Amino acid sequence: MSIEALQGLARSIRRRSLDAIYHAGSGHPGGSLSAADILACLYGREFDLDAIAENRDSRARFVLSKGHACPALYATAASVGLAAADAANGLRKLGSPFQGHPHVLDLPWVETSTGSLGQGFSAAIGMAIGLRHQGNPARVYTLLGDGELQEGEVWEGAMCAAHYRLGNLCAIVDYNKLQSDDLNENIIGLVPLAARWRAFNWAVAEIDGHDIPAILAALDAARAETARPSVIIAHTVKGKGVSYMEANPPWHGSVKLSDRNMADAFADLGPQDTETEEWRHVGRA
Amino acid sequence: MSAALEMKEAAPALIGTSGDSLREAFGRALAELGAERSDFVVCDADIAGGTGTHHFRKAWPDRFYQFGIAEQNMMAAAGGMAATGLIPFVTTFAVFALRALEQARLQIAYPRRNVKIVASHPGLDVGPDGASAQALEDLAAYRALPGMTVISPADPVEMRLATRAVLAHDGPVYMRSGRSNARVLFDDNHEFRIGRGRELRPGTDVTLIACGVEVARALDAAGILAAEGIAARVVNMATIKPLDRAIVERAARDTGAIVTAEDHNVIGGLGGAVAEALAEGTPCPVEFVGVSDRFGESGEPEELAEAYGLTGPHIAAAARRAIARKRKG
Repeated sequence: MSIEALQGLARSIRRRSLDAIYHAGSGHPGGSLSAADILACLYGREFDLDAIAENRDSRARFVLSKGHACPALYATAASVGLAAADAANGLRKLGSPFQGHPHVLDLPWVETSTGSLGQGFSAAIGMAIGLRHQGNPARVYTLLGDGELQEGEVWEGAMCAAHYRLGNLCAIVDYNKLQSDDLNENIIGLVPLAARWRAFNWAVAEIDGHDIPAILAALDAARAETARPSVIIAHTVKGKGVSYMEANPPWHGSVKLSDRNMADAFADLGPQDTETEEWRHVGRA
Repeated sequence: MSAALEMKEAAPALIGTSGDSLREAFGRALAELGAERSDFVVCDADIAGGTGTHHFRKAWPDRFYQFGIAEQNMMAAAGGMAATGLIPFVTTFAVFALRALEQARLQIAYPRRNVKIVASHPGLDVGPDGASAQALEDLAAYRALPGMTVISPADPVEMRLATRAVLAHDGPVYMRSGRSNARVLFDDNHEFRIGRGRELRPGTDVTLIACGVEVARALDAAGILAAEGIAARVVNMATIKPLDRAIVERAARDTGAIVTAEDHNVIGGLGGAVAEALAEGTPCPVEFVGVSDRFGESGEPEELAEAYGLTGPHIAAAARRAIARKRKG
């Protein structure tokens, strides 16, 4: 998929995320929008979508450790054809498989249930150990929030993954600098974040998480790193793509979006790309 | 000579790593199963000598995963390992299984992962390590997780059979082993089935329903009562969840009075499970033997059992109370 096509996919993920949150009447737009470009690169290029759709043993495993950003994951699945196009509009509704946090028994293409921060990361480590134990070369990817790194379990896992030299594991930190109540640095500071991961013996890349070529290059480097787990610290903007949300704290928790909010957001994001309904086919080309 | 070498020569013996404890029986059973099946692995948090899994580590080092003193990561990672098709045994002390309860909830119970959590050092049976190490809440906490099977075997023979059974069972399990040497109650003809209680002694006046170390003490109580002319039925309820409701109902109908006995808080464990079943079925007087909603303290297991009311004479006294309530009825 071309850079332009991945940018179009990211736009589709953003539009669908907001659409789902609008219909749900609540949800986390900020952390969904900040992760859209990363998810576009993972599902638009890094992963074999057929292997995921058919649940093959060879498929890459992806764990959304920051489970509250699931509107973006559901939007991605809809955009690449893993889920029906408008299915995520059942987000947070009774009886819908698109729960407020992802659940593996509801959605066949989700690898595990998340929503309690830190746990998805550990589960991804367990998957990496399990795959290697069975001689399966499949890789494991997990996306963490920055506030999530305040969970002690993350650093238990960081030690463990480095100890076992899990070269088949790639963690990505959606480093948008904001968490539920305030800036990370005003809650419990994460700086110097890259140095902390390096000190835990991880291979560290630090990139602009909205720069598609940079994300792709970091994923390439992580794949080439076989003796250590890799972490990509992706500097992002919470609410990215919607001017009134960007770096504006009220939009970062669970919110209700009005018709006016949606009109303004969609105006910022640009028109629906006609290609977006065909991502799955574009992705395979 | 270096200090390190001197230390090695004078290495102290670890207390309680051999003998007829349930943890030893568990560790030996695991090692034995390792020869039969290669689809399971053992996860440890730096206490293999304490949980009995050192036997497995020695026999099958490539299937033994050390997670260090990091139970939360170990528990959630075990869920991830199970997602790839392995069957992990997560082994730790019962108090640390409580520490990782939420990981067991979200990464094991909720996704229905085939993980076996086997926790040693439950209850006052821990002894001298004192209250901080004595898990009196684990059966209640794990029983409250949807889909979680909860087991507490009574002796080393049953522990061995239960280890085999939980591996054969498809689904998440929480199982207690035990620290101290346990009385051997069963012979090689003993059978263990998940979800099935077993009558160990017939009786018509009262039924004593026990699990874990309390089964031996319930048998003591039945002996004491027999000398007074009271026929106490004894049921070994090794599976707390799913509870064998049929055997509980039968006990209520046949004997009209029940005593539950467990090395656990009286809230939410075996007693709670039996009372719930009776309330929905055939209510009858129930007396609860266990730790009365308080923390333990240091002491030898038998001293603690006496001080906290868990021994045979205490169970017998509870039986007399239950029978008196039945008569007042």
